[in-house]
Amino acid sequence: MSSDAMALQTAEVGGARPWVQTLHEWVTTVDHKRLGILYILFALLFLVIGGIEATIIRIQLMRPHNDFVSPQVFNRMFTMHGTTMIFFVIMPVMFGFANYLVPLMIGARDMAFPRLNAFSFWLTAFGGCLLYFSLIGGSGLYGAGNAPDVGWWAYAPLTSRAFSPGHSSDYWTIALLVSGFGSIGTAINIIATILSMRCPGMTLSRMPLLAWLNLVMAGLVLITITPLSAAQIMLLVDRYLGGHFFDTQAGGSAALWMHFFWIFGHPEVYILVIPAFAFASEIIPVFSRKPIFGYPVMVGATVAIAFVSLSVWAHHMFSIGMSSYSNSFFVLTTMVIAVPTGIKIFNWLGTMWGGKIQFKIPMLFCIGFLFQFLIAGLTGIMQGAAPFDWQLTGSYFVVAHFHYVIVGGILFALFAAFYYWFPKITGRMLNETLGKLHFWLFLIGFHMTFDTMHIPGVLGMPRRIYTYEPGRGWDIWNLIVTIGAFIQGVAILVFVANLIFSYLRGPKAGNDPWDAWTLEWSVSSPPPAYNFASIPTVASRRPLWDQKHPEDPDSRYE
Amino acid sequence: MASLIVAESAIFTIFVVAYLFYAGKSLTGPTPGEVLETPIFYTICLLSSSLTIHFASRFLERGKRGAFLGLWVLTIVLGALFLFGTGQEWHRLIYERGLTISTNLFGTTYYSLVGLHAFHVTAGLLMLSIVLLFGLAGRVGREQSDRVNVLSLYWHFVDAVWVVVFTVVYVVAR
Repeated sequence: MSSDAMALQTAEVGGARPWVQTLHEWVTTVDHKRLGILYILFALLFLVIGGIEATIIRIQLMRPHNDFVSPQVFNRMFTMHGTTMIFFVIMPVMFGFANYLVPLMIGARDMAFPRLNAFSFWLTAFGGCLLYFSLIGGSGLYGAGNAPDVGWWAYAPLTSRAFSPGHSSDYWTIALLVSGFGSIGTAINIIATILSMRCPGMTLSRMPLLAWLNLVMAGLVLITITPLSAAQIMLLVDRYLGGHFFDTQAGGSAALWMHFFWIFGHPEVYILVIPAFAFASEIIPVFSRKPIFGYPVMVGATVAIAFVSLSVWAHHMFSIGMSSYSNSFFVLTTMVIAVPTGIKIFNWLGTMWGGKIQFKIPMLFCIGFLFQFLIAGLTGIMQGAAPFDWQLTGSYFVVAHFHYVIVGGILFALFAAFYYWFPKITGRMLNETLGKLHFWLFLIGFHMTFDTMHIPGVLGMPRRIYTYEPGRGWDIWNLIVTIGAFIQGVAILVFVANLIFSYLRGPKAGNDPWDAWTLEWSVSSPPPAYNFASIPTVASRRPLWDQKHPEDPDSRYE
Repeated sequence: MASLIVAESAIFTIFVVAYLFYAGKSLTGPTPGEVLETPIFYTICLLSSSLTIHFASRFLERGKRGAFLGLWVLTIVLGALFLFGTGQEWHRLIYERGLTISTNLFGTTYYSLVGLHAFHVTAGLLMLSIVLLFGLAGRVGREQSDRVNVLSLYWHFVDAVWVVVFTVVYVVAR
C-alpha cells in the first residue's frame, strides 16, 4: 500500500513517469482495483482470441465440404474456443468485477488478503499462457504446432496416452489445474472480504445484491472447481505414472471422468451466470428508478440455485445409459432449478413494473439479457427431459442452447456491466452512439446466429463435425449462422473501439453519473487508492438514496 | 482457512469416491485384503498430535511459551513419525508385494488417496516447522496465537481426513 501511496505522490509532483516504473507498479500491485482491471483486460484479450477461434469454426462450417481448415485444426479450434471462453474469459472477467466492486460496495478499503489476490490473478494469467503455450510446446518443439484437441470436457479415453500423444492434453490439464487454484484463492478472498470487512451498519440484509450473489458464487467455486482439480490430478497420474483411473482396459471407468467433469461442469454454469444475475440486480433498479423488488427472495433464490445446481450434473449424461432411477432424479432436479431462476426473472420484471424506465445502454443490454436468458432457460428445460435429450443430445440444438445462456445471457449482462461501471473505473463515460450501434449490431448478429442454430440441430446436425454433406437441409442455416457470427464480430470491434475512444476522449463522468444508490458511487471516479477517506456508515440498502433524500430515507422503512 | 478446508474437503471427497467406486474392481491382484496391514500405531501418533497441538495453542494463548514450544515439537515429531510409517508401508508394498501405482486399480487409487493425504501432512509439517523456527527465535508470543490457531485448524483437518481415509482404506474397502 505504502508504495502505491508514494507512487501517487510522485505522480502529483513529477508529472509523467517512465513507463517502466508504471509497468512495475501494475505488475507488483496488490490493490484490488488494479487487480480487478488486470483481470478484466486479461479476459478481454482472451475474448478476442476465443472469438477468432469461433470465427475460424464458423468459416469452416459456412458451406458443405469446405476445406478452410483441416479436421485436426478444427478439433483444436473448438477445444481451445470452449476452454478459453469458460476459464480465461468469463471466469476472470467476473472475478475482475467482483474484485473491483465488492470492497467498494461494502465500504472496505481493500480485499481481505491483498497478496493472495495478486497471487490468484497471476496464477490465472499464467494458466492462460500455459494453455496457449501448447501451440508451440505441445509438439511444436519439433516443428508441428499442436494444441489440445480433446474437447473442453476431455472425455476419456480421448485423453489417454494412446489417443493423445505428445503434451497437448497435459498443457490443457495443467493450465486448468493452475487457474483452478487461482480461482479458489480468489473465492476464499471474496468470502473473507464479505464476511469480515463490511463497514459499520452494513448488515448482511443491507448488503448490495452484487455482494450477496458474489458471496454465493465464491462458495460455489470452493466446492465445484476442486472436483475438477482432483480429476485433473487423476488424469495426470494416469498419463504420467501409468495409473488406471480412466483406463477401461484395466477396469477403470470412462464414465467416472464424465461424472467428475460434470460435477464441476454444471455448477460452473451457475458460477458464470450468478455474477451476471448480480449485474442485472444492480443495474435494472437504477434505470427503473425503483429499489429491487423482493430483495430477500432474490437472495434466497440465489442460494437455492447454488444448492440445487450441485445435484443436476448428470443431465449432461442421459445418453450414456444410466439407470431409470438416476435419469428420473436428474430430470426432476433439473426441473426444480427452473423455479428459483423463474423467481429471479419475475423479480426483475417486478422491479421494472411501474418504474420510470430510462433506456440507457446498460438498461438495453439488461433487457436483452432478460428475454434471452428466459429463452435459454426454456430450451434448457426442454433438454432437461431425458427422452427429449436422447433425441437432441450431441446436436447443434445443444450448442445453440448453451450459447444462448452464455452469449445471450451472461455476455449481455456483462456488456451492461461494462457500460454501467466504465465511468467509475476510468472516470469517463462510454460513447452513447457507438454503444447503441454496438447493442443493435450485437443483438441482430446474436439472434441471426443462435436462433437459427437451433434448426440444424433439430434437423440432426451433430456437434463437433468439421464438415457435412450437402443436401441435408443444413446448408442455408449454417450460412446464416456464419453471417450472424461476422455481425457479432463487427459489434465487438465497435465495442473495443468505443472502450479505447471513450477512455481517451470520453466526457468526464463525475462521481455519480447514473444517480445510483450504492456506495461505489459516493467516491470519485476513478476511486482513490484508499477508496474511502473515512469509512462510511450505512443505515439502509440504498445508502446514497439516504444521503440525497434526508427527508425520506430508506432506513425509515426497513 | 475455513473456506480452504471446504475446498480441500471437496478434493478429498472426489478421491474417496473414486477409491470406493473402484474398490474390488481390479482385474489383477494384489488385492487390499492380501497386502494391507492396518497401521494402528502410526494412526494413534497422528491422532494424538491433534491433542498436542490443541494444548500447545492453549498454552500460547495463556502466554506460556515454554510449554507451547515443547508440545509444538512433540506435534512435529508425531506427525513425522506418521509420515515415516506411511513411507515404511509404501516401501514394503513396493519392494515386497510388488504393488505400484500402475499395477492395478487398487494401486492407482490407494497410492493417490494416501499420497494426497501424505502430501497434506508434509505441507502441514513444513508450516509447523516454520512456526517452530520463529518460536525458537522468540518471535511467537501471545499476539500470534490467532494465527497459530488457524494453522492448528489446518492440522486438525489433516487428522480428520486421515480418520476418513483410514476408515475407507483399511476398514470398509478391505
